Amino acid sequence: MDCTNAQTLLDGYLDGELDPLRNLEIEEHLHGCARCSQSYSDRQIIRGGLKTESLYFKAPADLRKRIQRSVRQAAKAEAPAGWLSWPWLRVAAPLAATALVVLMLVPIFGGPSSDELLTQDVVASHIRSLMVNHLADVRSTDEHTVKPWFNGKLDFSPPVSDLAKQGFPLVGGRLDYLNNRPVAALVYQRDKHVINVFVWPSDNSGQTVGPVKTQQGYHVIRWTSSGMNFWVVSDLEQNQLAKFTDLLKSSATTSPT
Amino acid sequence: MFQVFTPKKPASLTRRSQPNRLCADQSRSNKPFGLLLDSGNQMVEGAVLTLAGKDQLVRFEQAILPHLDAAYNLARWLTRNDHDAQDMVQEACLRAFKFFAGFHGVDARAWLLTIVRNTCYTWLEQNRRGQAMTSFDEEIHTVEEDALNPSALALKSGDREMLKESLEQLPAEFREVIVLRDLEELSYKQVAEVINVPLGTVMSRLARARARLKGILCSRLKEKP
Repeated sequence: MDCTNAQTLLDGYLDGELDPLRNLEIEEHLHGCARCSQSYSDRQIIRGGLKTESLYFKAPADLRKRIQRSVRQAAKAEAPAGWLSWPWLRVAAPLAATALVVLMLVPIFGGPSSDELLTQDVVASHIRSLMVNHLADVRSTDEHTVKPWFNGKLDFSPPVSDLAKQGFPLVGGRLDYLNNRPVAALVYQRDKHVINVFVWPSDNSGQTVGPVKTQQGYHVIRWTSSGMNFWVVSDLEQNQLAKFTDLLKSSATTSPT
Repeated sequence: MFQVFTPKKPASLTRRSQPNRLCADQSRSNKPFGLLLDSGNQMVEGAVLTLAGKDQLVRFEQAILPHLDAAYNLARWLTRNDHDAQDMVQEACLRAFKFFAGFHGVDARAWLLTIVRNTCYTWLEQNRRGQAMTSFDEEIHTVEEDALNPSALALKSGDREMLKESLEQLPAEFREVIVLRDLEELSYKQVAEVINVPLGTVMSRLARARARLKGILCSRLKEKP
C-alpha cells in the first residue's frame, strides 16, 4: 500500500470502519511510514480533543419541556385529523344535524323510505320467483288465459298483453304479495332473461313515472297509469327493459281490456 | 472568520417565551378553552385527544425525546448559536411528529437528526442570502497535508475555545460530518443516512473535513504567542 492509498483509508481506519484485511494493510504501512504515521496521530489528537474538551452541546433543560408542550399542542390541534379533521367537521356537523332531522321526519311522512322498501320488496320478490321455481301459477303464452285466471283471486283485473311479436313473449302469471296487499305478477321473457311485472291498483288516477332504480344488479322501472301501479323488474339490459316498458304502456292504453 | 448571524426568524416559529407565558396564564385563570398542558403529564381541561392520538403521542415521546441532546448538538453546530438551535430543534420535532406515522424504522436518532439537518439547512439557505458565507466546494477545500508542519499540532486542555472556533469556521458540510462522527459517534452508515450521501462519500468527506480542521488548528497554534 502506498501513501496516497493509505491517506484515503486513514479515517476509515481511525473510525474502525475498514474490513480486517484493510486494517492489516494500513497497520503495516503505518509501521514503515513516518509521515502517514504522523498524520494518523494528528487525527487521533484532534479527535481526542473533540471528545475530551466536551464540545458536545446538551439540550437546555427547558427545551425538552418546551418541545413536549408544542408537540402536545400540535397533537391536539391534529387530534381528530386521523380520520376527522376540523374543516371537514365544520361541513359535516350541519349535514349530520340535517340528516338526523330528516331521519326523524321520515317515519312521520312515510316518504322516500317506504319507496325504497318497496323497491327492495319488488327485487326480493323477483329473485324469490326465480329461486323457488315458482315463476308462474298459470303457465300460458295466451293473454286470454292468463287474464281470466286472476278473476276471483284479486279484486282487480290487471291488463295483460302478449308481446311475443315484439320479442317479449308472455310466460304466465301468478299471485304475489307486495305493499301489504295481493298483487298480480305477470311474467315475460326476453331470451333467457325473466321480466316480472307487478300490477296493483293505485290511489293515484294520474300518470306518473318513477325514476329507474338499480339494485343488486336488477333494474326496476315503475309507473302509474290508468289507476294501476306497474313495477317492472329484470336483470335485462336497461335499454331493452325500457323498450319493454314502452311496449307495455302502449299496449295497455291502446287495448284496454 | 467566525460569523455572527442575525437571522430573520421564520414566521412559523413561536417565541420561546410565549408558550411559557401562556401556560402561566392558563394555570392562573383556569379558562374553559384550555389547549395547553400543565407541566406534568396531566392534560388540562378542554384537551381533546383520541385514544389513538394519545398512543401516537406517547410513542413519539418515547422514541424521539431521548434524542433531544443529539438533535440540539447538531442544530447548535449548524446554526452556531443557542437561540436558533433551540428553534430548529423545536421545529424539527414538530415536523417529526407530523410525519411520525410514516416512520417505521428502528433508528429514531438518525431519523430525527435527518429532520434536524434539513430544518437547519432550510434556515441556513434563508440566512445565507446577503451574507458572504464560505461556499462549500469539496475540491477547493482540499488541503495539502504536506504543507503543514506535522509537529505543530499539540492540543492542551485549555484549547477548547480554539477547537470550537476552528470547527465553527469549517463550512457546514464539513462541520456536520465531524459533529456526527466524532461528537455524536454515529457509524458511517448512519452518517450517510443523515446527510443523504453514498457510504463511500462519508469517508472521503470526513478525510477532507479533518484535514481542513487540522489546517485551521495548525495555523492558529502558530499565531499563538
